Amino acid sequence: MNELRELYQELIIDHSKRPRNFHPLPDPEHRADGYNPLCGDKVTVYLNTEDGRVQDISFQGSGCAISTASASIMTETLKGRSRDEVAAIFKKFHRLLTQDETGTDGNTELGKLVVFSGVREFPLRVKCASLPWHTMNAALERKSKTISTE
Amino acid sequence: MSTVQNMAVPARLKPPSSALDVNAVRGDFPLLRQRVHGRPLVYLDNAATSQKPQAVLEAMKHFYTEECSNVHRGVHELSERATRAYEAAREKVRAFINAREAREIIFVRGTTEAINLVAQSYGRTQVKAGDEILITAMEHHSNIVPWQILCQEKGARLRVAPINDAGELLLDEFEKLLTSRTRLVAVTHVSNALGTINPVQQIVEKAHQRNVPVLLDGAQAAPHLRIDVQTLDCDFYTFSGHKAFGPTGIGVLYGKAQWLEAMPPYQGGGEMISSVTFEKTTYNVIPHKFEAGTPNIAGTIGLGAALDYLNQIGFERIVAYEHELLLYGTEALSQVPGLQLIGTAKEKAAVLSFVLEGIHPHDVGTILDREGIAVRTGHHCAQPVMDRFGVSATSRASLVFYNTREEIDALVAGLHKVREVFGT
Repeated sequence: MNELRELYQELIIDHSKRPRNFHPLPDPEHRADGYNPLCGDKVTVYLNTEDGRVQDISFQGSGCAISTASASIMTETLKGRSRDEVAAIFKKFHRLLTQDETGTDGNTELGKLVVFSGVREFPLRVKCASLPWHTMNAALERKSKTISTE
Repeated sequence: MSTVQNMAVPARLKPPSSALDVNAVRGDFPLLRQRVHGRPLVYLDNAATSQKPQAVLEAMKHFYTEECSNVHRGVHELSERATRAYEAAREKVRAFINAREAREIIFVRGTTEAINLVAQSYGRTQVKAGDEILITAMEHHSNIVPWQILCQEKGARLRVAPINDAGELLLDEFEKLLTSRTRLVAVTHVSNALGTINPVQQIVEKAHQRNVPVLLDGAQAAPHLRIDVQTLDCDFYTFSGHKAFGPTGIGVLYGKAQWLEAMPPYQGGGEMISSVTFEKTTYNVIPHKFEAGTPNIAGTIGLGAALDYLNQIGFERIVAYEHELLLYGTEALSQVPGLQLIGTAKEKAAVLSFVLEGIHPHDVGTILDREGIAVRTGHHCAQPVMDRFGVSATSRASLVFYNTREEIDALVAGLHKVREVFGT
């Protein structure tokens, strides 16, 4: 049960039930669709930039608690960030999901995202947490095709 | 959790003495003894693949340690023995589905390959532009995509007979879609996502009234029901070894001899020929015409052992026991708050597909897994079925004769834990 509590922390449950920035952006500058054929998770990320910074970001879709909360917290985290900062946070977040990083040194910038540290104990669920991020990345790079986890 | 006890379904009458002895049966499956995440394994993903009894494992080990050799090739003793064992397995399959002749049994990798074989071999010669293939709205992707590929190549059209909210085929609508353009009907015997048992006897009759041949996808039926292809009078029947307690990588295509003889080969190579020159090749007779290359000999022998095992238990007992489990499971799950069963056909195999309000199946699966409970979550390779019911995925507990009421109770307790984690 402890590992489950680590995975489904209250913040994750909260964001999965009440996702933030959960709406389309009208006429977005960037947009990409993400899809996990394994479980059917779908996410669309909308993004506008201004002076090289994320001016607004939102998402829509359907998915499990982990992917919905990940997308929700991602939008909160990235608003106002520069492209370089976005890339750095994504890299750190990915490491958090896949590697056993002890110490809080590298995680200070992650803020709320550290609630996803429990995901690494569930290797099959790493894709759920990372799908919104890969989709966001594709949106920023203006890739128009659907991003798949497979 | 105290609520779980309150949810328990009252015990039914003791089964009669001729009934299946589930404890003895479980003893035949070594894998079922293990613990997962510190809990006794509760394996409820049998529609994905079933576990294998010791007898199957022994038969395959015996082949590799005592008989390993190629079939239909050498004149030496080992090859003789391997060939005998391989052809004995074919005869076991013939008897299992009551085919008229052993040469009507083609060994393939699984149901998927069997359907692809028919789509390519029958389809290549019998289907033309403007023709139609008729399937249903409850098919597995493997009984959709091969026909789509064929239709695309030929300019033919795929027609889909609709189902009702319980997941039952609308037979009248099906009949309306049978036209003079229909070249083949391909229908699942038992739905993997819903558990529906289709009225295949009627389907075959209606199709034959219009001289349309019928392929039945028996992947989910062969492990649970007695199959008699002569009574059904179907033209093709397909099933997989691994869902019927045999090994992976072996499956069966049954076809009426008249069709198989008329159909061109699916793959070219060794075994499927009588003579080869660079100018002309004469094909071997059936079944060998469709078995190019060295077959999965050990898998075939393992499948034969699995069918022996099923016969030994007896389908009468299997059907009665699994139906009892289905009733018990349906009642138990129906009492979980917020749970909706997807697939409530009157004629149903022991498949319990469900959604929990506000909780994604993927999360259900992860939490159940930590309780040692293995269920399938996702679209079950049947996305059109999910679309039909307006869900992106379901959780599915699929039961067989080695499952118990206690395991269903464990599932229910697990679902209460899921709700607890999500605070619903």
